[in-house]
Amino acid sequence: MSSNRDIDTLIDLMARLPGLGPRSARRAVLHLIRKRGLLLSPLADSIARVAATARECVNCGNVGTADVCDICTDETRANGEICVVEDVADLWAMERAGVFKGRYHVLGGTLSAMDAIGPEELRIPRLLDRIGEETVGEVILALNATIDGMTTAHYIADQLGDGIRLTSLAQGVPIGGELDYLDDGTISAALKARRVL
Amino acid sequence: MATEWRDTGILLASRRHGESAAIAEVFTRAHGRHAGVIRGGASRRIAPILQPGAQLDVTWRARLDDHVGAFTVEPQRSRAATAMSGRLSLAGLNAVCALVQFSLPERDPSPEFYDRTEALLDLLGQDDVWPLAYLQWELALLEVTGFGLDLSACAATGTNEELIFVSPRSGRAVSRQGAGEWADRMLPLPRFMGLREAVTDQGIAEGYTMTGHFLNNRLAPALGNRPLPEARARFVTLFDRMRRD
Repeated sequence: MSSNRDIDTLIDLMARLPGLGPRSARRAVLHLIRKRGLLLSPLADSIARVAATARECVNCGNVGTADVCDICTDETRANGEICVVEDVADLWAMERAGVFKGRYHVLGGTLSAMDAIGPEELRIPRLLDRIGEETVGEVILALNATIDGMTTAHYIADQLGDGIRLTSLAQGVPIGGELDYLDDGTISAALKARRVL
Repeated sequence: MATEWRDTGILLASRRHGESAAIAEVFTRAHGRHAGVIRGGASRRIAPILQPGAQLDVTWRARLDDHVGAFTVEPQRSRAATAMSGRLSLAGLNAVCALVQFSLPERDPSPEFYDRTEALLDLLGQDDVWPLAYLQWELALLEVTGFGLDLSACAATGTNEELIFVSPRSGRAVSRQGAGEWADRMLPLPRFMGLREAVTDQGIAEGYTMTGHFLNNRLAPALGNRPLPEARARFVTLFDRMRRD
């Protein structure tokens, strides 16, 4: 309790953010108030701007501030490759790596019996439409290496048929990883995917 | 009074609960299908272990017996890599987990069926024997849920010769002679089951049609007319497509 209703409301809202609890929210709010000019006002402006404009790209499902996101409108990225990811966070991870120069498609989840997510709940129909509309030479399935992720990948492969090059990310030893710390499944996948040096 | 037990089990599904926990559903040997919270289950260390089909050593604790309770899990072996290495294995694992979730009541142990399920999942990756093992497992599932088929003798004549049909109503075998003019209303009984001929993919596919009929028309209505999990249909469709290719 801060003895002020507005500040308490701010603390309550901050405490709902991932990674924050009431205690850390109080600390964050106190810090913001102390740095009002430097941090709080720009943050408030930025939040208000994003709140007014943030939306899903109608083409790929990425989050942006226009109907069609920057990646979809970037002509230099129209190289015929679509990378299919599960979530916007995965798209951002791929972009951080900076190695993929094509376009993306965000499914919005994976097929899951427990969560009752079927193909209709995902953006798979839109993916099929895009492949028809754009000149796509390769679809890269960058889905999580989980049972649900692989099930979704196989489902998409079935939907796409044989007319298109379909690839998925490799599975195995991570860069900087030590074998001793890897689980059996990862070692098994890495051994199966071994390559000649 | 606090309750605690320890058991071995197969993870059927897990979903994130809040920021760091997961709710897992585990098919255990002595305590049946059981759910519980796994604290830290969404962490990078535990989440990869919590894949469907994983063999776990679980300890379940709750203040009262009817509470959701919390699991502490110790992985025994993972089946994810094997399942993910082949389409049929992956579809099969999904079908098994989905059907167990769909069919079995919570907290009602069936140790023998558990043993069959564990044995079936241990065969994952062996695509030459798995489809037949899966068919036998579905027959066992019908049995344990109270809709078992009687394929030992003809329902009409009592003979055990030329058993080539199954009655879609009673689930009992029917011989060629016993079927008479109702032959076109009967389900085909796989020849390797009724006539003890060699196992064929065609026969296994007929077996799936047979078990599918009773799962859809006997078991599902008894469970509130919920549709069978799609995972089962996907496995059967995949098997059918692979055998035709």
